[in-house]
Amino acid sequence: MMDGKFGDARTGEQSIRNFNINFGPQHPAAHGVLRMVLELDGEIVERADPHIGLLHRGTEKLMESRTYLQNLPYFDRLDYVAPMNQEHAWCLAIEKLTKTEVPRRAQLIRVLFCEIGRVLNHLLNVTTQAMDVGALTPPLWGFEEREKLMVFYERACGARLHAAYFRPGGVHQDLPPELIEDIDRWADEFPRVLDDLDGLLTENRIFKQRNADIGVVNEQDILDWGFSGVMVRGSGLAWDLRRAQPYECYDEFEFQIPVGKNGDCYDRYLVRMEEMRQSTHIIKQACEKLRREPGEVLNRGKIAPPTRGDMKTSMEALIHHFKLYTEGFHVPAGEVYAAVEAPKGEFGVYLVADGTNKPYRAKLRAPGFLHLQAMDYIATGHQLADVAAIIGTMDIVFGEVDR
Amino acid sequence: MTDALNELGAHIEARRPDCVLSYEVAHDELNVTAAPSSITGLVDFLRADATCRFSSLVDITAVDYPEREARFDVVYHFLSMYQNQRLRVKLPVREDEMVPSIIRIHASADWFEREVFDMFGILFSGHPDLRRLLTDYGFRGHPLRKDFPTTGYTEVRYDETQKRVIYEPVKLTQEYRQFDFMSPWEGADYILPGDERGDGAA
Repeated sequence: MMDGKFGDARTGEQSIRNFNINFGPQHPAAHGVLRMVLELDGEIVERADPHIGLLHRGTEKLMESRTYLQNLPYFDRLDYVAPMNQEHAWCLAIEKLTKTEVPRRAQLIRVLFCEIGRVLNHLLNVTTQAMDVGALTPPLWGFEEREKLMVFYERACGARLHAAYFRPGGVHQDLPPELIEDIDRWADEFPRVLDDLDGLLTENRIFKQRNADIGVVNEQDILDWGFSGVMVRGSGLAWDLRRAQPYECYDEFEFQIPVGKNGDCYDRYLVRMEEMRQSTHIIKQACEKLRREPGEVLNRGKIAPPTRGDMKTSMEALIHHFKLYTEGFHVPAGEVYAAVEAPKGEFGVYLVADGTNKPYRAKLRAPGFLHLQAMDYIATGHQLADVAAIIGTMDIVFGEVDR
Repeated sequence: MTDALNELGAHIEARRPDCVLSYEVAHDELNVTAAPSSITGLVDFLRADATCRFSSLVDITAVDYPEREARFDVVYHFLSMYQNQRLRVKLPVREDEMVPSIIRIHASADWFEREVFDMFGILFSGHPDLRRLLTDYGFRGHPLRKDFPTTGYTEVRYDETQKRVIYEPVKLTQEYRQFDFMSPWEGADYILPGDERGDGAA
């Protein structure tokens, strides 16, 4: 006592220690298998330590022992909310190395389905975020639209989710004319559904209370943590790879890049809603162009199969088909980085080829990986309940984070 | 495009001759090869310099070349949202060499460096928390090294008698098959069963 220590003078109230909880891996608001160790001071988050890798499947290792074409379906399984956008990055990387020209109609189809993917993703994100903060109706309405879009996927390629539709050199099959009409009709009706969602959420008092001023991100944070996509645009930076570094034929489409002002969860929600409208606009333009411009959808060169008709009349075509689907095509040695503006942000593929039929190394750069990494930085100082809103707004899907 | 990249490469080399070993432009992308010890200085320069402003770190990864003396390439991708440019920096690293961490300059390097450590076993000096990231708790080995088998060494299953998940060495009912499709006319060296006898007789 005499040396000035008052340790035993503390009451029970004063010697409260911080509380650690495990958020997940089975928490419904964790959007998958995220285990997050949260250190709480009362209800305030002091530290967040996400443990990822529970869905790690070793995609990059598997890709090293498979041919380029066999690797394509792995991309559907990364961000399984918008599968075709990932395939796109892989195709672009291969096309860059092999210097393959993609036929015009294939480019249009790719743009069309990438934008469908964006709507698929944003519908899921916006509505499940609403669910994370307490609303049940939006996901029910949103998933109905998602269902329609997945039927379009199915009609184009035969699978609702794991499409494997984009192929190096184009797309696998041409779209039937009725499908283009149906997509066009859907794009006419969809803004009304968006208006309904808007009416449910945008001015909803609870939704606003839970999202406004939560998870604020400024320009310096974006640079420090390497954010991309909506996480950047929500803070007022009009950065979009479709505009800044146009790939495919995005430069001839008319669309606007919505930006937020405050960089909080609510602004990011508004940006996603507007992006869906812009995507619908692009879809309509793409349908219009597709109607007017028939043509080949696959660059029938070394890296794509011959048509069925050719195979039945030409021996060389038959041999080519057989070699393509057993041996696969060879990609010249070199390294490229190809990035697309996936719905969640910049999805990139770093491909090192050594001239054989298998990639020497492929690194998948997922936007969610960097977003989740900043969890500790963003969530610190927020309440425990806000953690769910922040995970929602970061748009995390574990398929791509864990790979 | 290529001219601008060449110009940028020359600019970086001129300003940081001690860091940059070489640069080249391939497939419309600028590659800079640097020495591992100088990476922090180079990255700091790339971020601060007005003509570069590579303010976002896009990716850090590594590539394994087991036959080389400097076994790994640690590859950094940078993006400048202001100049709309991309840049790749490669560091050839020996197996026993440490790479300085750039976490002080780019906070986002944290998980990337952990992942590279996890997958390749490359150590980053100055990283505050170099734990494994993607692999299992208590995992051993570095999966993306070329000498690590794709099947791994252990497998898990639920054991009915012990009532818990147990780890066992991998048992394959069928040999793991790797098809070699290199054309015999392009340098693949095939030894068919029986060929070795012919060599001995001659």
